[in-house]
Amino acid sequence: MLENLTKKDLKPLVVPYITGQMRDDWLDIIYQMANAKADAIEVGLPFSDPMIDGPTIQESSKKAIENGATTDSILDGLASLDIDCPIYIMTYYNLIVRVGIDRFVERVVSSKVKGLIVPDLPLEEIDELNTATRSAGVSQVLLVAPSTPDLRMASIAKRSAGFLYTMGLMGVTGERSSLPQSALETARRAKKVAPGDLPVLVGIGVSLPEQAREITKYCDGVVVGSAIVRRILNGSKIDEIGEFIQSFKS
Amino acid sequence: MDEPDSTGRFGTFGGRFVPEPLMQALMDLEVNFRKFWSDPEFKGEYYDILKNFGGRPTPVTFLKNMSNDLGVNLYLKREDLAHTGSHKINNVIGQALLAKRMGKSNLIAETGAGQHGVATATAAALLGLKATVYMGAVDVKRQGLNVFRMELLGAKVVPVESGSKTLKDAVNEAMRAWVKEVDDTHYCLGSVMGPHPYPWIVREFQRILGSEARSQIYEILGGKYPNYVVACVGGGSNAAGTFSGFVDTDAELVGVEASGGAALTYGTVGVVHGMKSYILQDEVGQILEASSISAGLDYPGVGPEHSFLKENKRVRYETATDSEVLSAFKILSSSEGIIPALESAHGLAWIIKASRTGEISQGSNVLLTLSGRGDKDVAEVKEMVDRGTVI
Repeated sequence: MLENLTKKDLKPLVVPYITGQMRDDWLDIIYQMANAKADAIEVGLPFSDPMIDGPTIQESSKKAIENGATTDSILDGLASLDIDCPIYIMTYYNLIVRVGIDRFVERVVSSKVKGLIVPDLPLEEIDELNTATRSAGVSQVLLVAPSTPDLRMASIAKRSAGFLYTMGLMGVTGERSSLPQSALETARRAKKVAPGDLPVLVGIGVSLPEQAREITKYCDGVVVGSAIVRRILNGSKIDEIGEFIQSFKS
Repeated sequence: MDEPDSTGRFGTFGGRFVPEPLMQALMDLEVNFRKFWSDPEFKGEYYDILKNFGGRPTPVTFLKNMSNDLGVNLYLKREDLAHTGSHKINNVIGQALLAKRMGKSNLIAETGAGQHGVATATAAALLGLKATVYMGAVDVKRQGLNVFRMELLGAKVVPVESGSKTLKDAVNEAMRAWVKEVDDTHYCLGSVMGPHPYPWIVREFQRILGSEARSQIYEILGGKYPNYVVACVGGGSNAAGTFSGFVDTDAELVGVEASGGAALTYGTVGVVHGMKSYILQDEVGQILEASSISAGLDYPGVGPEHSFLKENKRVRYETATDSEVLSAFKILSSSEGIIPALESAHGLAWIIKASRTGEISQGSNVLLTLSGRGDKDVAEVKEMVDRGTVI
């Protein structure tokens, strides 16, 4: 049985993102994220051609690749962690195809990774990977967008495991100064069609605690990516990153 | 060549590996293409523009001097004579008309050397659409004249600073831009690549090239088809158009890649730019940069239908090196009075090599699609001559 993320209290779920190996102390940052009461942590495998990522995450991917990051090196790093907080891997599909679906899923399981987020794998293309993840007990998180019609959103939500990743706007990853109207509307629609035990998290364009508070009136939590990655790129200290994550929980 | 299956695949290749926000647009595009491509009024307008604006049909020219030298009968399908100087016009007129029918007022496009960008800007100017062209910053520097050409035609050129700052990154950036503007914008993709339905749509809009060539060469040869039909392959749009006219004949079909960008010859199966196909990638799955003398073939992937045609062995794929290409470029210019695009010179280079080794037997009839004219390449070749890279 695949486990979904569950709320421990009334506070919204907060899932911070980091690109694997983007900084030498990336594993320490992950520990700090867990200590800061992150409900899960999304770790990106860097890809040379990240289609849905804006400049900040592109930059972190480039850094990671220059640092010698590979699928193996990142999974090895994650396997060495001793934390309770579930880890979800974000990767573009080519990195999975390159290793081979079955081998990749085996590697993920042996690295104690809870789930996978593959942004360039829409509903129509998930079957091959989904067969492998289901039998291995790995949650495959699917994505919905403001352009997704209600019926399709319901079909996607039904197949999603772990949580439902709701894109708050039509655009690439990156910080936005204010929460777009489409985020509220899409969160509301997603919550309506998602099975009761599947939390709905909004990502893309949620950069500040007040934006998170506003959006979580309509959904269960947020994924915070570029706002954290920018801080890591800018050399923020580990405890500053932890404090930033905690500010989403207060 | 048939329609892809319901999942957008040719055999196991193709598909739609894109983020969710693009799915609705791709499904709408498929529905509209299906509707309008069987609408006589739409087709009538498309053919009318290609005839009266685009200069079609383009002729087939017999190369007397080279044929004598090589001992084979060599014919060229002259896409260099189409408006804007290459086959790209066939596709952009089709897509721009489709965009208008779909009520979209903007076109976005990627471009490498600038040929597809110029063609898109041209179609936009003709049909009253706004065009934005994404071009790698490295290519913007290399192809200043084409940037000016696009601007003259009213298009906005956006230099792409991400990744390797070349064609593959221009595709990524165009996709990213499309996600934001998908409501009123059509992505006018330049080759038989990308997510379904693009490989199919672009091939269908390039089919006119192959159909014309088929009936022209049949008449020239007195009721026969050629022994060889050859085209260069980067993304593969002129080759797909060409082969669609001959796939049901006995002709041997040959696609020629640049040896520095030969996804079909040296690549492995992967997923990039929304499609599953052969791609150039390293051992962990990062996409490699292609590099050859012709920017138009510098693409690390290839259209999925070509991967299918390779696997089912209907087409053989060969390569040509930069020096073989430069030599072919000079031979065609000096002995026939036709300066070819460096892309098309790859096809010619293979024909020269294969005729000399006897692989193409003496007396064979050979048709090559000359996908574009070489004016754009003259400055670069001159520089190589001046540097002593070539004689």
